[in-house]
Amino acid sequence: MYRGGEGQWAWILHRFTGLGVLLFLVIHILDTFVIVFGPETYDKVMALYRHPLFRVSEVGLAAAVLFHALNGIRITILDFFPEWSGRQRQFFYGVVAVFVLVFVPSAYVMLKPLF
Amino acid sequence: MKITLRVKRFEAGRDREPYWAEYEVEAEPTDRVLDLLHAVKWHQDSTLAFRRSCGHGVCGSDAMLINGRNRLACKVLVKELGARITIEPMRGFSVVRDLIVEMEGFFAKYRSVQPYLIADGEPPANERLQSPEQRAKFDDTTKCILCGACTTSCPSFWSNPDYVGPAAIVNAHRFLFDSRDQAAEERLALLGDRDGVWRCRTIYNCTEACPRGIEVTRAIGEVKKAILLGRR
Repeated sequence: MYRGGEGQWAWILHRFTGLGVLLFLVIHILDTFVIVFGPETYDKVMALYRHPLFRVSEVGLAAAVLFHALNGIRITILDFFPEWSGRQRQFFYGVVAVFVLVFVPSAYVMLKPLF
Repeated sequence: MKITLRVKRFEAGRDREPYWAEYEVEAEPTDRVLDLLHAVKWHQDSTLAFRRSCGHGVCGSDAMLINGRNRLACKVLVKELGARITIEPMRGFSVVRDLIVEMEGFFAKYRSVQPYLIADGEPPANERLQSPEQRAKFDDTTKCILCGACTTSCPSFWSNPDYVGPAAIVNAHRFLFDSRDQAAEERLALLGDRDGVWRCRTIYNCTEACPRGIEVTRAIGEVKKAILLGRR
């Protein structure tokens, strides 16, 4: 394992969250496709999403989308303003801070019905 | 202090797999890692192979993966690393023997960006004048010693050895942003190609690996912008 800095971890997380979101999109396309088998089948499949396990996975999905979006903005800004490269670490910690601020309340709201 | 030195060893054509060799070396905290390698080679095991030339951070021969990061063995001190030091050859190049890697591909990419001044027309009677502001634009990228630490710290390069790599881009940047140079179009065409600057994912490993403190990712970013916006 190469011991890179914040930039390398941000990149690895960006890849994993990107793949996670892609996996969700594939599942989502398949589940909406079930409508061709009639509304009853569709409702049955949709009911699966109310299972607590799915609810927890949804929180994971929200985390993945949020990190991927924020880090994407960070990379875009640094690509367009290379002169700010010296502060790339602070940018990363900014992403982490905004992530925590947005994710913690969102996760609370999403998981509340479970308890 | 006593140092345990673990070195990843391999000889092409003899060993099937790389293996770890362990050496105990007595050292001062202010010794360089290069001193440890010398201590092993001169007094314990003369078969250990590594490159070094000047030993003072200028020639760029002894870049290697030290405790998980690319550094020059002649610049990093024992006190910065502790009593257990792990040394591997740089990643992404094939290993010739022990810490010696095949760098011909690396230099071929360096040559591909035409790393020299190209100026058509009659040369002036005296020097080609340049203002301090014009010179400052590429000051950072004049410092490269071609050690390979940046290119072999880059995940994009590990996964695609055809990527021209940070070092070649740094050396292209040195001439792209030189007001006296006139070959920007050719260099930008090469760097704007599929194995050029767009392979860069703005990971910053190269910047952190550079033993000369060059802001490598920034230089790559400036080249990306020059290609995108058509101006330097």
